[in-house]
Amino acid sequence: MSNGIPELKVENLVVHYRTEDGLVRAVNDVSFEVQRGATMGLVGETGAGKTTTALAMMRLIPSPPGEMVSGRILFAGKDIMEYSEKEMDKVRGDTVSMVFQDPMTSLNPVLTVGEQIAEVIMLHQHLSREEARRKTCEMLELVGIPGARAEEYPHQFSGGMKQRVVIAIALACNPQILIADEPTTALDVTIQAQVLEMMRGLKKQFSTAMILITHDLGVVADICDMVAIMYAGRIIEYGTLADIFDDFKHPYTEGLFGSLPNLQKRHEKLKPIKGLMPDPCSLPEGCYFHPRCKYATDACRKIRPERTYLSENHYVECLAYQEGSGVTLGEEASHE
Amino acid sequence: MSEKILVVKHLVKYFKNRSGTLHAVDNVSFSIDRGKTLGIVGESGCGKSTTGRCILRLHEPTSGEVLFNGRDILTLRPAELRQARADMQIIFQDPFASLNPRKTVSELIGEPLRLHGRYRSNLERDVRVLRLMETVGLAPRFVNSYPHELDGGRRQRIGIARALALEPKFIVCDEPVSALDVSIQAQILNLLKELQENMGLTYIFITHDLSVVNYFSDDILVMYLGKMMEKAPSEKLFDNPLHPYTKALLSAIPIPSIHNRPERIILPGEITSPIDPPEGCRFAQRCAYCTDKCLRETPPYVEAEPDHFVACHLCQG
Repeated sequence: MSNGIPELKVENLVVHYRTEDGLVRAVNDVSFEVQRGATMGLVGETGAGKTTTALAMMRLIPSPPGEMVSGRILFAGKDIMEYSEKEMDKVRGDTVSMVFQDPMTSLNPVLTVGEQIAEVIMLHQHLSREEARRKTCEMLELVGIPGARAEEYPHQFSGGMKQRVVIAIALACNPQILIADEPTTALDVTIQAQVLEMMRGLKKQFSTAMILITHDLGVVADICDMVAIMYAGRIIEYGTLADIFDDFKHPYTEGLFGSLPNLQKRHEKLKPIKGLMPDPCSLPEGCYFHPRCKYATDACRKIRPERTYLSENHYVECLAYQEGSGVTLGEEASHE
Repeated sequence: MSEKILVVKHLVKYFKNRSGTLHAVDNVSFSIDRGKTLGIVGESGCGKSTTGRCILRLHEPTSGEVLFNGRDILTLRPAELRQARADMQIIFQDPFASLNPRKTVSELIGEPLRLHGRYRSNLERDVRVLRLMETVGLAPRFVNSYPHELDGGRRQRIGIARALALEPKFIVCDEPVSALDVSIQAQILNLLKELQENMGLTYIFITHDLSVVNYFSDDILVMYLGKMMEKAPSEKLFDNPLHPYTKALLSAIPIPSIHNRPERIILPGEITSPIDPPEGCRFAQRCAYCTDKCLRETPPYVEAEPDHFVACHLCQG
């Protein structure tokens, strides 16, 4: 059914928060697209702007203090910024759904899980109570929970089970786009493996376009097709799974991989990135990563790198790959 | 034969509550050689943190022995315990919750020195605080900062400086990097390793992150619902896990590579309740190889190969 129009397209998204401490530049010119049935991993550390990007796609940026300064968000070619609040209410939960990080706080403790799933179905599909109940049981079974447990309250479920319920709610109306914000971060590894396995199956079954927000490159390798590496509100490298894992170019991506212990070479010393993520209130001149970059040159301190395409799907924002910049990654800069 | 700094024998910690007795730590025994690291891994509720805390008597164990340099910590009187604790310290998981928000960095790091009366003058103490800050990589300009002004990585460095202040021989690191971003996590792990090399420290490293424990530990103990499942030198455990739980746990590690991905073992179900657990293997309900015997009898913890211990009926000779 692919007609060339991506299920989700984000163009030049810029989001700021106006706070007492100044202007927080959370997302600075982010663009990407996700095709039907594909999964894009949005990877970055705390404060990289991953969650703000996700909230913008749902039009859920709290305003004030948040403000979508510019950019377009297109669902199957339609710009959602043109929708009224009422139309947007319809889109959320129906066309696009979100799974939040913490399953402990994203469910209502005084409603049974069945009521919470049925709520979405009744709101969007105008089914009778009886039909909604039947669909609720189907959804629970789909995520591996016996339908009979619909009568139970969230506190009667374990963390992994709660996250399954949250996923069931998100999928209840067969959304075309699913945004999962760190869906397995709060879970134990064996439970994480269960949930990832389930998500992989659901993705195949429904051809949902999915965005997986995570800081865990292991989870990305498990489930994503495309990967966007975010740093200080920009996508500094983007490519297929193979591009990013086997042929990464950006020094920050290199640093992320260097920070992870290698199971095979256990005695290899970790090579962390020095320093800290910049304060989004006062981002550095030039390349945002230059204060932490071991290859940084004078040019990097002054010139903001442009997006440079290395192949059709693989781009990087680093002067070393930009023609005519004169910067190379040959040697580590000797000075701090 | 190298010297054992810590020997734990039949450590038990039960918590009584309304619904019964919670078996948090159930008959745990191990020893650590001086200068080495024992990693304790397991999922939420397996008793790894409780074990660490019982060793320092932050929880009073129900029974067992904890011999530190040959002396039983559990029989010490309060004054003696305080003395002993100078040699045994802990680094906590959450650098946001474990520091008093009303104290400055210098007060926080100086606190153990003050409590133990290490220096007669404030000046001497301040000099020592600055030396400690240098050791853990905190710039001197933060000396009068409050914890909320600092990021997670720097806060964890304060926690480490506090633990190092009394020049301990042994430190329990309870998930010291779990709350930190990967690039910061690597900085802290490297710091802990350097400190160990320079000061000859012995660590217990408690974590749920198996790639971190593999990087960090000489030996690894795998726990499940309060019980020891398997213990072996790290390489042996990763190359040749014997217990079905260890195998599943290792296969579930998300590996940041798209090559040689292992066949994943998906465990059915969830951790069962630690309250009044039945006889038999604690892992039996989720185990693909479970037999009648596993449900009836608690498997003994035996040395299946040299230095490789396991508690599973299937791995016994």
